[in-house]
Amino acid sequence: MASGGLATPATTAPAARPSPEPRRRGLGPSPWTALAYIAPAFVVYAVFLLYPLGRAVHLSLFDWDGLTPATFVGLGNYVDVVADDQLRAAFGHALVLIVFFALLPTAIGIVLAAVLNRAKVRGLAFFRMIVFLPQVVAMVVVGVAWRRIYAPDGSLNDVLAAVGLGALGRAWLGDPVLALPAVGIVGTWVQTGLATVLLMAGMSRIPGELYEACRLDGAGPVREFFAITLPAVRAELAVALTLTAVAALRTFDLIYITTGGGPGNRTSVPAFEVFNRAFRLGEVGSAAAIGVTLTVIIFVINLGVARIGERGGR
Amino acid sequence: MISATERTANYAVLLVFTLFALWPIGTVLGAALGPDDAGGVGGLANFAAAWEQGRFGPSMLTSVAVSGFVVVVAGVLSVLAGYAFGTMRVPGAPVLFPLFLLGLMVPGEVIVVPLYFDLRTFGLTNTFWAIALPQVAQSVAFGTFWMRAYFRSQPASLIEAGRLDGAGTWRILWRILVPPARPAIVTMVVLTYLWTWNEFLIPLVMATDQALRTAPLGLAFFQGQYTSGFTLLAAGAVIVAAPVLIVYLFLQRHFIRGMLEGAVRE
Repeated sequence: MASGGLATPATTAPAARPSPEPRRRGLGPSPWTALAYIAPAFVVYAVFLLYPLGRAVHLSLFDWDGLTPATFVGLGNYVDVVADDQLRAAFGHALVLIVFFALLPTAIGIVLAAVLNRAKVRGLAFFRMIVFLPQVVAMVVVGVAWRRIYAPDGSLNDVLAAVGLGALGRAWLGDPVLALPAVGIVGTWVQTGLATVLLMAGMSRIPGELYEACRLDGAGPVREFFAITLPAVRAELAVALTLTAVAALRTFDLIYITTGGGPGNRTSVPAFEVFNRAFRLGEVGSAAAIGVTLTVIIFVINLGVARIGERGGR
Repeated sequence: MISATERTANYAVLLVFTLFALWPIGTVLGAALGPDDAGGVGGLANFAAAWEQGRFGPSMLTSVAVSGFVVVVAGVLSVLAGYAFGTMRVPGAPVLFPLFLLGLMVPGEVIVVPLYFDLRTFGLTNTFWAIALPQVAQSVAFGTFWMRAYFRSQPASLIEAGRLDGAGTWRILWRILVPPARPAIVTMVVLTYLWTWNEFLIPLVMATDQALRTAPLGLAFFQGQYTSGFTLLAAGAVIVAAPVLIVYLFLQRHFIRGMLEGAVRE
């Protein structure tokens, strides 16, 4: 910002200044210096992320098995994303996963956070540490653990048997109908902590006077929640939903480890299809098109939420 | 203000969710420390057996090398780029910076496909670089965003004072700005470490040699091969998760703060 208009009375004659605008704030180093600092990061970033992204768009326009010469098919691979039954199913499964990865954890998270925020319970730090734990465990480890829980002789069936519902027991991940929700529950397990901790942070910023005023009006915990807590954490809700929904769309490791897309293709999701088609079925163009579609969806979700959530000060 | 019933209900809710959160972890830990798959005593010996049979030695070593490389290289590059974006006038910044932000949203799935086929042309798949460099690129996107935000929040007078003392941009960065930036840098390092250690897809696609498998990949293969029970698999899972969990126990705040504030990534 130029500060020329703020000249003090002493400097009436511009010509008297020793040099035009000496050491103006923010002028600092030359543009070349600035670019030199950015260059190393940019080179690696461009070569290993931007270029491949462009190449993915390029590849998505071809029919290619990875070995023999490719044939140009225009937008054919994108048409398949909508027309191909298997791909439509995969995107449908991703929608189901969004319910389990995003809606459920956010709903649970807001209730948990509200409870914790209202009742100054002991052991809050410990609880936060525990619920956040699933976020830092490698997905492969998570998958190994849940496969065990869902196994025919696993602890879920043990629990069911213990409460007299043994008849419901089954090989959960092998069940054509229940495998997808079973994988979804794993996502709920992983994401609930993130949503809870995010919303707790938001609620801790609500001034206490608001609640006092509300209580003086004789409002109970439920009214308090809808009148004050919920509106105050709108931005955090938006962030929690975006992060978890994007995580749902990007689910690959978990599917690879737990079900491999099966039984049949009942738990196949777009991210898994990318891998499957590119490296197992030799349908590289189709894989690239799915990847690009996924990127566009994630991009749109992020932009949409940035518009809605517009967080102050960020 | 809060009734005894409500308090009890609250603790009940917390207890239920603590148990839910700990169930899978308890399942794995319990099995890993329990009797071995042949019905023997097991216990801590399970870890040695899993280490041996799952060949975790080499894969842990690869993981240490890859995450060490990614954390250091991406960290330094991000500090440099974030410094320029945060404190200097960068020509083309309105285009350049959003370009970095784009990297926060690009899923690994979309870049790994062309990367594999292009690197194959140069005979570079199945190398350390094919596993590490794409992850440096991903981490640099986050790191630049993170460090820029930090440097921007610092008072300009700090830099001004350094400049008046005749310090160049390099000295100002390392002598004046970086020392108080320790907490921000630790958060970045911790997150990069977490993401790199746990990364699965890139090594899965790039590493065909057993020697290049990272620890999570080693565990996935072990799961496929080892079918005589769950104990050793559980012990392997603990081995793979431990290096991140131990850091999490000590630097929990950094993990949580970074993932909440740096929420844009993923």
